[in-house]
Order: sequence, then C-alpha cells, then structure tokens
Amino acid sequence: MVSTASTLNPPKEKLWGGGHSPFNIEYGKLMMWFFLLSDAFTFGAFLISYGTTRFASRNWPNPNVVFSAYPFMPEGKHAPLVFVSIMTFILIISSVTMVLAVQAGKQMQKKTVAYFLLLTIIGGAMFLGCQAWEWHHLFHEGAWWGRNPFPNADGTMAGTDFTNFFFTITGFHGFHVFTGVVINIVMLIMTLSGTFEKRGHYLMIEKTGLYWHFVDLVWVFVFTCFYLI
Amino acid sequence: MSHNLDATHHHEETFITKYIFSQDHKMISKQFLITGMVWAVIGGILSVIFRLQLGYPDANYAWLENILGKWWVEGGHITAQAYYALVTIHGTVLVFFVLTGGLSGTFANLLIPFQIGARDMASPFMNMLSYWFFFVASIVMLASLFIQTGPFSGGWTAYPPLSALHQASPGSGVGMDYWITAMALFIVSSLLGGLNYIVTILNMRTKGLSMTRLPLPMWAILFTAILGVLSFPVLLSGCILLIFDRHFGTSFYLSDIFVAGTALPNEGGSAILFQHLFWFLGHPEVYIIILPAMGLVSEVLAVNARKPIFGYLAMVVSMFAILLLAFLVWAHHMFVTGLNPFLGSIFVLLTLLIAVPSAVKVFNWLTTIWRGSIHFTPAMLFAIGFVSLFISGGLTGIWLGNSSLDIHLHDTYFVIAHFHIVMAVSAMFGMFAGIYHWFPKMYGRYMNNTLGYIHFWVTIIGAYLIFWPMHYQGLAGMPRRYYDYSTWESFKQFADLNRFISTVAAVVFLTQLIFIFNFFYSVIFGRVLKTPNPWKANTLEWTTPIHGIHGNWPGEIPEVYRWPYDYSKGGRDYIPQTEPIGPNEIDDGH
Repeated sequence: MVSTASTLNPPKEKLWGGGHSPFNIEYGKLMMWFFLLSDAFTFGAFLISYGTTRFASRNWPNPNVVFSAYPFMPEGKHAPLVFVSIMTFILIISSVTMVLAVQAGKQMQKKTVAYFLLLTIIGGAMFLGCQAWEWHHLFHEGAWWGRNPFPNADGTMAGTDFTNFFFTITGFHGFHVFTGVVINIVMLIMTLSGTFEKRGHYLMIEKTGLYWHFVDLVWVFVFTCFYLI
Repeated sequence: MSHNLDATHHHEETFITKYIFSQDHKMISKQFLITGMVWAVIGGILSVIFRLQLGYPDANYAWLENILGKWWVEGGHITAQAYYALVTIHGTVLVFFVLTGGLSGTFANLLIPFQIGARDMASPFMNMLSYWFFFVASIVMLASLFIQTGPFSGGWTAYPPLSALHQASPGSGVGMDYWITAMALFIVSSLLGGLNYIVTILNMRTKGLSMTRLPLPMWAILFTAILGVLSFPVLLSGCILLIFDRHFGTSFYLSDIFVAGTALPNEGGSAILFQHLFWFLGHPEVYIIILPAMGLVSEVLAVNARKPIFGYLAMVVSMFAILLLAFLVWAHHMFVTGLNPFLGSIFVLLTLLIAVPSAVKVFNWLTTIWRGSIHFTPAMLFAIGFVSLFISGGLTGIWLGNSSLDIHLHDTYFVIAHFHIVMAVSAMFGMFAGIYHWFPKMYGRYMNNTLGYIHFWVTIIGAYLIFWPMHYQGLAGMPRRYYDYSTWESFKQFADLNRFISTVAAVVFLTQLIFIFNFFYSVIFGRVLKTPNPWKANTLEWTTPIHGIHGNWPGEIPEVYRWPYDYSKGGRDYIPQTEPIGPNEIDDGH
C-alpha cells in the first residue's frame, strides 16, 4: 500500500526541506554573498559619512581642477578626469576578464582560466599602479590626510574634509583591490598546479569572481562621489 | 568498531588540536563559555568597585590601593579617572565580550550542529579562527587595564572627542588605542562566526528539517548572526575613521575644539557623525544580545512546561520584525543631540513599534507555560526570570522611547535601570538558563540543583533590588557617570539608596561565585548522566551520545519527521523529532 502511494505521488524534495542545500549553493559561495553584504555596509557607512559631511559644508574643491593631471603631462596642460577614466576603464575590463575566467572554469579549461586570471591580475595591478601615481601626484601638490591645498570652487580656502575622505575611502577601496589581486594570484597558482582539476570544479574562482565584481561595483560609487559630483 | 562507523571523521588528535586549536564545535563552544565566564567575573568585579564609590564615596579604600595601585586608588579614594575607566570597561566587557562573544559564541557553536543535525559547522577552520580572534581581542582589552595611563575611560560608547583626542583624558591615549584594537579584532571574530552560523543553518540542515521545523534557538541565532554581519561593519567604518582622527591628523569627528584655551586646528567634522555610526551598530547590538537569550528561553520553557511552544510562527515572525526594526531605531539614543524633532518623532514611532513583536513574544512565553506541568529546574527558573525581567525592563522602554520623556530621563539612572533589566540582566538570565539546561550535553554531568536554586533566588531578588530603586533615582534626576555625585547638594538625597544598591550589588556578585563554583565542581564531580536525554526533550542534540564524539552521531545523521515541540501530544509526554509520524497520528503540518 505504502509503496503504491509513494509511486503515485513521488515525495517532492522541498527546496528548504533539509538534507540538501536550498538552491544548490555550496556553503562557501553563500558565505561570500553574506560577506559582500557585510562589506557593502562597511563601504555604505563610509560613503554616507562622506555624504553627510559634504552636504553639511560648503568646503569642497572642484574635482575637475583637482583631478586634471596625468603622467608625463606637459607644463600648462589640463585634462580633467581623463586619467581616472582610464583607471576606471581598466578596472571594468578586469571584471570582464574575470567573468571569462569563471566561464572557462565552468568548462574546465585550465589554460584559459589561467590566461584570463593573469589578465585580471594585470588589470588589478595596473589600477593599483594608477592609484599609486595619483596619490603620489596629489601628495606632491600638498594634499594628504589633514592637509588640503585645493581651494573651493569660489576661490576660498577649503577645509580638509575633501582630502580626509578621499584618501581614506579610496585607500580602503585600494586595499580591497590589493587583497583581490593577492587572492587572484593564489587562485592562479592553484589553477596552474591543477588543484581545481583534481577537485573537479573551479568554484573557488567563481567565489573570487564575486569578490572582484563587488570591488569593481564599489569603485563605481567611490568614483561618482569623489570625481563626478 | 567506532572508527568503522565514523571512518571519514577519524583522525589523530593531539592535545593542541583537541583542546587549544580545536576545530570541533563542542570544544569551541566551551572555549567561548570559559572565556566569557572569566570576563563576566572581571566585569562584575569592576562594577562592584565603582558601586563602592557610588555607595560609600567617603569611605577609606586604602586596602584597595595596595591591590590596585595608585592609578586606581589614591589617598584612600577611588580616583576619578579610575571611576570612569571602571564604568567604561565594565560596559564594553559585558556588552561585547560576555553577552555577545560569550553568549552567542557558546550557544551558536554548541547548538547549531547539534540541533540542525550536522557533523560540525560549515567551516570548522573559520570557527576556530573566530574563537582565537575573540581570544586575542580579550587579551588586548585585558592588557589595557594594566598600562600606565590606564584603560579607555570615555564610556563604552567611545564618543569623540574623548575617544579622538589623546589629550582629552588619561585613558584617551594608549588606553583608547588598546580599546580600538581589541574592538577591531572582536569585529573580525564576530564576522567569521556570524558568516559560519548563517550558512550552516541555511545549508546543512539534516533531511526533513525544514525551516519551519527548526528549534527556536536556531531561528534566534540565525537572526542574531544576520544582525551582527550587517551592523558590526558600520562600527568598523566608524572605528577606522576614528583611528585616522587619532593618528593621521584628520577631522572626521572634530571641529572647533579648544583644549586649555588653545584652539585645535581640526575643522569640518562632527562628533554626532560618530554617534550615528556607533548606534547603527549599538542598537542592533542589544538585539544581538537578547535574541539568542530569547531563543534559549523559548526552548527551555517548552521543554520544562511539557507543552508545545505557543505560536511558533508568531515567535519567528516577531523575531524577524525585531531584526528589521533593529536597523531603524538607532537615533532614539540621540534624542538630545539636537536631532531634528520631526526626525525624532519618526524614530519614536519606529521604536514604539518594537513593543509589538516584543509583546507577542512575552504573551507566547506566558501561554506556553500556562497550565503546563512545569518542572522547576534551575534552568526553568532562570527562563521564567528572563520573562519577568524582560517585561519589567520592556515597560520602561516605552517611556524612554518617547523623545519628549527621554529629554528628561536621558543620561539618568532611569536609563541604567531600563537597559540593565531589559537587556543585560535578562540576557544573563537567558545565558544561565542555557548553561543549566545544556550543561549535561556539554560535560555529561548534572549541575547541582540546590546551589542552582540559591543562585537563582538571590540573583533574581538581588537584580530587582539593585535596579528597581534606580528608576526612582533617575526620575528624581540622579545622573549617570558622575564620579562623585555627593559634591552636589541636590544629589545628596540619593546617598541612602545608593548605599543600599551597592550592598545588594556586592551580595549578588558574591552569589555568582556560587554559580562559578557549581559549574567547575560539576564539571569534575557532578552527578554522572545515565541517559543521553535527561530532560526528555525532542531536539536532535539529545540523540547524540552522552560523551560527545567527533562528528556528533556514530553512523548516519538522523532524519527529522516533525517539529521539535510535540510535547504532551496524543497521550505521550514527548515525541522526539526523529520519530516518524505515526499511522494514527494527525499530521498537523509541522
């Protein structure tokens, strides 16, 4: 009787019924999502602090003036936001190569994974290099934590809110990019040594990819806050 | 034989991997518990010392000077800097290290794999890291008590400028650096733990254990972990900005400050910004403390009343409502900061809304034990005590949630009374209930009941005797954080009550030593457990062997067929979750 009933109505595996992961997500990936949510609150707190401080004061330089230099710029030239646009472009392209690495991982193509991971690492390193140059340039202009040489748009001397937030938040983001590059290097080594092939999946690459895209996404907000508005 | 059944989990354990860098959730929970207990004793001693100052400000404490040294007690008097350091570290330690680390760390680690039917946490390694970050944070915080300029003394809320300027107070220098380092490490620990708790509960439930069959402690810990994962990062951001203010010359929180007549160059920041960032964590934090206690108490009440929990779904939904509202009420700590009154009124509304899910929970607890056949174990008494305290403290929350009343009551002893009863002592009671209830599971022995009863009755009566009079003091205007209130003529009227409160506080503290003694005595000499299920409970942890083994269950993990609250059903006292629905049994959908 019982067996007949069960063949007629095969017991449905409930999504949240236990005994398996809901939505078939491996625990590490779920953990990464929750971590990113958490990290989003960290950045959110920074950017909201920036917002409340900025809109409570008139002290803010014109970003088109502050960010108008690029390496080897001839004397007297100005190119507002050109350099940071290149930086941003590089970071977004590195997200594309990361996607391709994840895709290749799903198809178990070891060489392609390694190739695109390498490109991603180069992209991340280039972004960090650009950031280092920009910080170096600003430092030589006299800007640092607690020091701001740039006047307000109306010519009056500005307080230090701009530099304080700029260096802290872009620095914190840069730290995230740096961590991402390090993790990607570890992933590259693990890929080349065949660790993932032995495991039969490239899930680690996928999780790293999630982190990398998140860091890119955060840059879009940081970029908007400091360079555009 | 046993290694055959458990072949995949068998590997050689050395002393270090078994007791120190253990990855076993049972051992990690014990590590959290013991560390939390050490902190509770230290935090308790700190409070007794500042209660001495409050109760007997003119007494001679020369004997204390010999023990603590000149920084703390000088010329027979507790110094002002010491008093502020004592209240600061008492608050920090009890809120974060005892009632967050100690409570969540212990019971999340102990109960999650047991109650959801898992071999261990999703990532035992991260779990181990979580404890060791907590441990290092503890060491740093403890070390700050011994540095030359003393620990941080600007209040557990660490408001700037006291926390941002080195010269603001003795504790604002190196003491604050230690404090902030310890908190950063603590946040890392909480994140590692929280992520683990969430994914383990979501991903690793045994077959048949749907979300609606989860024991309530699991729901509570899940929501707690989500709260922690989403609110601690905001404190982290706040602390990072604070570090820059302290060491890199920025002015995120500083503006227009004069120290000894000289203007500081800082300009453009706002001390209120820190308060927003702090309370965005700080308010969820009180739910991070109370939710696990609520979960433990729900379980203990149902088991010892031999009745199903009343309104299971309502319990879960109300905890979820608390989770959401927790993020929307932080500014009710800031009504007197010059907050826009209209904004204040919105925070009043959202704050008072919390009374709804809280009341739902209270009525559900009461209806759960209503007409049950109650077993008055020490755990049950503490659980009932929790409900009592939660009601008493919750009612004054409705007072304080009103911005118009809060302006009068802010920073008085009324606030101290409120949050100690509703959040601190009640969470402590939840923790005690949990320890008495799950002690047999942890150590395979019973705790002594007689000592448990003494502990309970002195503690509950003492808690009310300490905190009830504080309401009157607060209403009459006795302020918080005054080193020597007796220098003000108008505050001298509080001397009698303060003496009384301090005396009771010392008695209650000494009573906790009975508990500590009972605990450690029972670990070694307690009555040995004969059955794996001493309380005749339904949940999965009681199906594991008395002495915990690696992987928890020899052989297969049991399957679950019903919810955990089938008590007094169909003529049976209890039906474990592992028992299939009988042929004549009505499947009520759980």
